[in-house]
Amino acid sequence: MKYIKVLGSGCANCKATFARIEKVAQEKGVEITLEKVEDMAQIMSYGIMSTPGVVIDGEVVHAGGVPEQKKIEAWL
Amino acid sequence: MVREAGLLGKKRMFEQLANLLVYQMGGLSPESHLGTVLHFFVMDTAKIFVMLIIIIYIMGLFRTLLSPEKVRDYIRGRSKALARTLAVTLGAVTPFCSCSSVPLFIGFVEAGIPLGVTFSFLIASPMINEVAVVLLMGIMGWKLTLLYVIAGLTVAYVGGAAMERFHPERWVEDYVWKIQMGQVVQPAVDTSLQGRHEFAISEVKEIVGRIWLWVLIGIGAGALFHGYFPQSWAESLTGRDNFLAVPMAVILGVPLYSNAVGVIPLAEAMLTKGVAIGTTLALMMSIAAISLPELLILRKVIRLPGLLLFVSVLTIAIILVGWTFNLLSFGGNP
Repeated sequence: MKYIKVLGSGCANCKATFARIEKVAQEKGVEITLEKVEDMAQIMSYGIMSTPGVVIDGEVVHAGGVPEQKKIEAWL
Repeated sequence: MVREAGLLGKKRMFEQLANLLVYQMGGLSPESHLGTVLHFFVMDTAKIFVMLIIIIYIMGLFRTLLSPEKVRDYIRGRSKALARTLAVTLGAVTPFCSCSSVPLFIGFVEAGIPLGVTFSFLIASPMINEVAVVLLMGIMGWKLTLLYVIAGLTVAYVGGAAMERFHPERWVEDYVWKIQMGQVVQPAVDTSLQGRHEFAISEVKEIVGRIWLWVLIGIGAGALFHGYFPQSWAESLTGRDNFLAVPMAVILGVPLYSNAVGVIPLAEAMLTKGVAIGTTLALMMSIAAISLPELLILRKVIRLPGLLLFVSVLTIAIILVGWTFNLLSFGGNP
């Protein structure tokens, strides 16, 4: 079970990232807990300056732009 | 000067495509307004989208080496003049989506970078970007591209410096000062050929998906300008004695918003109708740099008076730069 957080202020790219991760997890049948983080102070505490960012089990794996499908598959 | 051969020697290919579709198959006359409008629209849509896809893909292959995080490290702790020069140049070449403005702003503040320098970065970034620059070169030649880049850099430099005079710190929302940033991390990137190709494809999808509507609107506006804009109106924007042309263009551009790429077809149409260079550049800059969506995002970190000042400073800076270019071009070309 992976805990995944999508960091972003609610922009279109952040929503797209969230939806894509959800989709890939479903396709692969991987169980995840997906969470949106929209609070700016919390987002910044991860040390990223470009959104959307992706955090898996506490580690930042992606920042800026919607991650490619393949990349998400590799994470899961 | 506008009719220089473009980047793509195949320019005529798009013209012939438009001839075929509009005049031959559509049966419209090249003399009619509607014919001219549709011809421009078809030609520019085909030309711009083909170029966009090629440009973004190639840029994606080279995978940008710059990120806002790196820019921050370059700028922090530098003397003000150097910091601003870096902010303006890096702002021009660093890709970042306007939805990242807020974290970027906070990140800069947190690193102790002066607000005026941050504003310079925020002005330069939407106005100049590599896609717009290459497209400009392909459509209007390198001279005009160079002028646009110089004009944009000047506005960003002067605009940020002017903002600083007003001590914008007082308009920054309180919570911004309190945010503690974590250790900055740079996620690893895949630099294999396959990885680059996949990244480039995703860049094409992402960027074209984000800006296609603005580009179409820009082409539409350019086509209308081309076909229906009364010559007498165009002349009122071209008159060399008409000092009001530049402020008019800028004020017209403030409420309009488009991506820098979307403005290019409109500028193309304006120049072929004989609108002065400074006036055209001013309209391009005000449409690309001052946008309501961007301001709404910035409102999360800056209070209203600060934003109004930001818009006023930018408007004035763009007008001044527009006038300067008109003076220079008329001076050199009597």
